[in-house]
Amino acid sequence: MTDDTLFSISSRPINPADLIKKVEHRNCGAITTFIGTVREMTHGKKTLRLEYQAYEKMAVKKLEEIGSEMEEKWPGTITAITHRTGMLDISDIAVVIAVSSPHRKAAYEANEYAIERIKEIVPIWKKEYWEDGTKWIGDQLENTPYEKGFPEKGEK
Amino acid sequence: MIKVLFFARLQDEAGTEALEAQKAGQTVQEIKAWLKEEYQLSSLDQAMAAVNEEFANNEDTLSDGDTIAFIPPVSGG
Repeated sequence: MTDDTLFSISSRPINPADLIKKVEHRNCGAITTFIGTVREMTHGKKTLRLEYQAYEKMAVKKLEEIGSEMEEKWPGTITAITHRTGMLDISDIAVVIAVSSPHRKAAYEANEYAIERIKEIVPIWKKEYWEDGTKWIGDQLENTPYEKGFPEKGEK
Repeated sequence: MIKVLFFARLQDEAGTEALEAQKAGQTVQEIKAWLKEEYQLSSLDQAMAAVNEEFANNEDTLSDGDTIAFIPPVSGG
């Protein structure tokens, strides 16, 4: 990743250090990173690998929207998010979120907000590959069907 | 002419990622009904619609050149 955009979708492996660099700032006193990785065992069921698909154009827009929500809620924070697509093995990195802030509390809180919002509004899907089959996963938050037919802006 | 995009499970059900149709002037709801009938998309009711990359309501009307995408419940992260 050599680009300097804060919000992106990538079909190549993500290097967390690249995202940390993007949010570094002379006035920041804290940078938090969240690294989402591919887990092998879920409720006793063994995952062999995962495939991520994104509606890339809209996914980037929605990541930017999350960034705007965060700026409003935690002024002074800078956020960078990259999500992977394609086939991933166990322990591969699926998503990295880096947040810098003048003080640590905001960096922790904003980072958690970002991953929760990704799971709500960003059009990315994962397909589980098990020993006995495959399935596109949805509704991890059990928040569908949405009351208004779509997720609301900044409702968290 | 409008463009229709499918993702994840819906893409498997439709057997295609995208298609074009003469459906300008119709509402999201009408296009959904047509797709359900034409392609037997059993999970379409759980999907949200996005028109030109923004979540849309069932009553929204498509214009010529618009892209409507059906977004199954997301599972990123």
